[in-house]
Amino acid sequence: MDMNFHPEDLAFRDEVRKFIGENLPNDLREKVRRGLHLGKEDFEFWQKKLNDRGWFAPHWPIELGGVAWSSTQHYLFQNEQVEANCPSVMPFGVRMVAPVIFTYGTDEQKQRFLPPILDSSVWWCQGYSEPGSGSDLASLQTKAVRDGDHYVINGTKTWTTLAQHADWIFCLVRTSSDGKPQEGISFLLIDMKSPGIEVTPIITIDGSHEVNSVFFTDVRVPLKNLIGEENKGWTYAKFLLLFERSNSLTGGLKQQLHRLKTVAAAELSGGAALRDDSAFAARVADYEVQLRTYDALELRTLGKTEPGAEASYLKILGTDLQQLASELTLQAVSYYGNPSIRDALVYGYNEPSIGPEYAAPAAPQYFNYRKTAIYAGSNEIQRNILSKAVLGM
Amino acid sequence: MELAFSDEDLAFREEVRTFVADNLPADIAESVRRGRAIDKLDIQRWQRILFDRGWAAPAWPVEYGGPGWDATKRYIFDEVMSEFDTPETIPFGTLMVGPLIYTFGNQAQKDRFLPKILTGEEWWCQGYSEPGSGSDLASLQTKAVRDGEHYVVNGTKTWNSSAHVADWVFCLVRTSNEGKQQEGISFLLIDMTTPGIDPKPIISIDGAHHLNMTYYTDVRVPVENRIGEENKGWTYAKFLLGHERNSIAEVGLSKQRVRRLRKIAGEEQFGGGSLADDATYAGRIANVEISLTALEYLNLRFLAEEAAGRPIGPEVSMLKIKGTEIRQKLTELTIEALGYYAMPFEPEQLTDRWNEPPIGPDHAAAQMPQYLFSRAATIYGGSNEIQRNIIAKMVLGL
Amino acid sequence: MDFSLSEEQQLLKDSVQRFVREEYELEARRKLVASDIGYSEEHWAKMAELGWLALSLPEEYGGIGGGPVDTMVLMEELGRGLVVEPYLTSVVIGGGFLMAAGSKEQKTELLPKLAAGELKLAFAYAERQSRFDLNDVECTAEASAEGGGDSYKISGHKGVVFHAASADKIIVSARTSGGSRDADGITLFLIDNNADGLSRRDYPTVDGLRASELEMDGVAGTPLGQVGGGAALMDTVVGQAIAAICAEAVGCMDVLQETTNEYLKTRVQFGVPLSKFQVLQHRMVDMFMECEQARSMTYMVNLKVDEADKVEREKAISAAKVQIGNSGRYVGQQSVQLHGGMGMTDELHVGHYFKRLTMIDTMFGNKDHHLKRYADL
Repeated sequence: MDMNFHPEDLAFRDEVRKFIGENLPNDLREKVRRGLHLGKEDFEFWQKKLNDRGWFAPHWPIELGGVAWSSTQHYLFQNEQVEANCPSVMPFGVRMVAPVIFTYGTDEQKQRFLPPILDSSVWWCQGYSEPGSGSDLASLQTKAVRDGDHYVINGTKTWTTLAQHADWIFCLVRTSSDGKPQEGISFLLIDMKSPGIEVTPIITIDGSHEVNSVFFTDVRVPLKNLIGEENKGWTYAKFLLLFERSNSLTGGLKQQLHRLKTVAAAELSGGAALRDDSAFAARVADYEVQLRTYDALELRTLGKTEPGAEASYLKILGTDLQQLASELTLQAVSYYGNPSIRDALVYGYNEPSIGPEYAAPAAPQYFNYRKTAIYAGSNEIQRNILSKAVLGM
Repeated sequence: MELAFSDEDLAFREEVRTFVADNLPADIAESVRRGRAIDKLDIQRWQRILFDRGWAAPAWPVEYGGPGWDATKRYIFDEVMSEFDTPETIPFGTLMVGPLIYTFGNQAQKDRFLPKILTGEEWWCQGYSEPGSGSDLASLQTKAVRDGEHYVVNGTKTWNSSAHVADWVFCLVRTSNEGKQQEGISFLLIDMTTPGIDPKPIISIDGAHHLNMTYYTDVRVPVENRIGEENKGWTYAKFLLGHERNSIAEVGLSKQRVRRLRKIAGEEQFGGGSLADDATYAGRIANVEISLTALEYLNLRFLAEEAAGRPIGPEVSMLKIKGTEIRQKLTELTIEALGYYAMPFEPEQLTDRWNEPPIGPDHAAAQMPQYLFSRAATIYGGSNEIQRNIIAKMVLGL
Repeated sequence: MDFSLSEEQQLLKDSVQRFVREEYELEARRKLVASDIGYSEEHWAKMAELGWLALSLPEEYGGIGGGPVDTMVLMEELGRGLVVEPYLTSVVIGGGFLMAAGSKEQKTELLPKLAAGELKLAFAYAERQSRFDLNDVECTAEASAEGGGDSYKISGHKGVVFHAASADKIIVSARTSGGSRDADGITLFLIDNNADGLSRRDYPTVDGLRASELEMDGVAGTPLGQVGGGAALMDTVVGQAIAAICAEAVGCMDVLQETTNEYLKTRVQFGVPLSKFQVLQHRMVDMFMECEQARSMTYMVNLKVDEADKVEREKAISAAKVQIGNSGRYVGQQSVQLHGGMGMTDELHVGHYFKRLTMIDTMFGNKDHHLKRYADL
């Protein structure tokens, strides 16, 4: 057992730090640090920088653009970026659909779809959930019917994150109603410009527009856009879900903690800094201890090649902590969590802030983060998975 | 809506206070304070004192020897009892089988059993759970077969508190296997001295002997000891579960514990002051105390409903859930307050046989055993999970 | 001991319920929140006409002479409707201050107008550094030569003043003597909203209300109550306000609990309603219990808020606020969680109640603040 990083890992970390220092512009760093809204161009900018350095898709096979890093290096790479306030990477292309394509796709599909993901010229979104199929994803009803060398798609997808910016969507569709619900699902890649696709925004409780409903009316999709075999889509979706859940949260959590501590140092309580208030200090300490536990758990799972059940408990614990940090931050800003000015979250907002500058994102983030225990398989579903797969219940 | 006590109520409170102050034996109060084992004789002594005053069973109707108090007076009585180091009420007689007998029993049964429950002369225990029937109580298998004027009882009951000191047991037994399993259960009163009854101790995690496994081998019970009708026992048992649920919150007992906890925290040294002055620890006590206040007012709302003659619904299960959670939290905070002195484990200290000075403060020895045994509170009397099932089904319609 | 409502209280409850049913569909509320002033003057006039604004005010000044329990009944139903009109700030707080400390002239002039819906009030107490300590006051007031000794000039900053823009007069806490955080030396003043030297920055709040930042530079103010005696006065009136928002929170929680229960019964996943999953049933039971505990504490605090014994009263107030904070957090968060993605949408009313409950925890001190206060009492 050895919890220390090897010297070559530390050298690697320094290399990443140097790269970030040289390439991340201050205004972008500032937007991320303050929790302001990022536009598509912000993500694109940073993804392209990473790609120029060959680091945008490190977990891909080397021949397709990946790098031969150890799991520790992957971990360090991700967490360094977050701690340095780099924009996150939009996962739908590079982390989600790409592994499905390079694992189950044809050569033609790989050649066609992977390069534009790498250079961020094509944006993807995910078409899984439907109004009637939330936790019970396999009950999905969006139909794909064969018509010559096309599928004709009809149905509705929902909670589709950033569909408003996406060029393509990867979809689970029903191609058969025989047998178990899981057995009639296919995995399709669909051009968002196809006639018959309509995207309507869903505004969430924090007032932001991240998610959408996507309506499909007689949308024609070429058969060559089918991944793998017809009716085997569930297998590919499960494979992808493991990747989705294995996303490291440690860096983001540390960043939240850092922000919380900054706020607690600046806020006053009884004439002294809030961080000196014993009750609040104890809450922050408790959070920090839980974060260390999470980090230690994640480090233990690093050596494993296939993400397994630990992805479920890391998802539960990690999202609990995301929510807790956002709640503590909201409490720290006290009355200044109340003012709600949407534009205050846009970089370049020219009015002086109401109360301290760090207060504006506190409430929106707290409300927005309620989603984390719901999306990507709700935490209740994760517990079902654990009780079944790990505890044998 | 109003909360104020009438002058009569206030006078009553003073009357109870004076009575307890004058009559609670000092040795019993000292044992309660230190958490020492209180034996049957002590409890009987205290109950006799209450009985002589007419207060042995606050909730009983006057015709059976109760004081005829309304809900407010009963609340005040409990409240005052919690102000003093009075022993916990043992529920099996006055709170459980007594009300069952005066509600469903025949005249002969009332005459035979009620007076001695009131005086504390006869001790009761409960024979419900079985090794295979825990949360699923209705699956019980202890058989009672008619043989002339007797039932012959065979089977095993478990988790029987006080069975080793009890004179009588009230038992659920299976008298039929037809229909739903709830429909073949009868309610029997059984003399513990009947041949064939054999209680064996179960030592619990606190190292003490509260619980027993009781074996019944060809035990002959006169048919006249059956309550109500044959195969209707489940109805009576459910009544018992619903009856006096108002006392299940045990607000008074928890208040007594809060008071003791404050005293202990005030005596424990911490960073040059006392633990009670530590903001974090004080906050934790305050948190439980606030939960207890919420429970108290929840309880009062039920009492007021009852007093107004309205039936109390299954939502009363909340009182059991919250009451036991609070009790556990209090024992937990107490052992935390004691620090290292929660660790010495010398159960002999809690008995008369211990003649040496206490290890650490004299109240210390009892706290870890109480913490450990309090874990049972969320399991017994219908586990808190079962209580949540009841509310989900019967209140929320889920 | 009695926890039932009187006939009048039951009628009041029915009448507020009718108002909420008729006027406060989520869409109607959304329009109000987005409107210029953020509430409806017609609603306000109707509330006056129905006697709600007069409810807690004394009969001799055009009021009805109701007590805390009457206000509680009203506030609970306003909470169920997520009503945005400035009832709490104008009547409970503003009216509360006038009743507790107003001079005969102030009462005669202002209370009848308040009851008739012709006057709105706001209360400016929070400052950038004050957090939840009402006595942490750095705004200053100096006696001014003009106006014959009863006039003061107030300077300083007040933050997150609810409904300041719509108020005719604002009650401001300022220091006439003593050091910051001293209880002694705080005085409350009435200032006009259009007074010289007052600048306001108005904005919407997370829970659909309106608030403002106030900058005061020599604003003329008249003392409300004894000079230097503002701290005790604030304890009293803020205590009443806390008792009232506890009731509002109970109304919010009830709606969430009922809605979530209904959703679990109708939403089918894996071929069965969600209500058949035991883990969700128990969560629902825990939400239900939180609501009932919160309701119990709300009854308790409203029955004790006028209690003479200070410690007993303050403990009741802080205990209730802690319970409401804990219960509101649990019920709000779990309502969103059990509604899944739908709970996250602005379209559904769940999120709006959740946001109001979250902000109620902050009002007049969150659960941490009141837990400490309770422990210190």
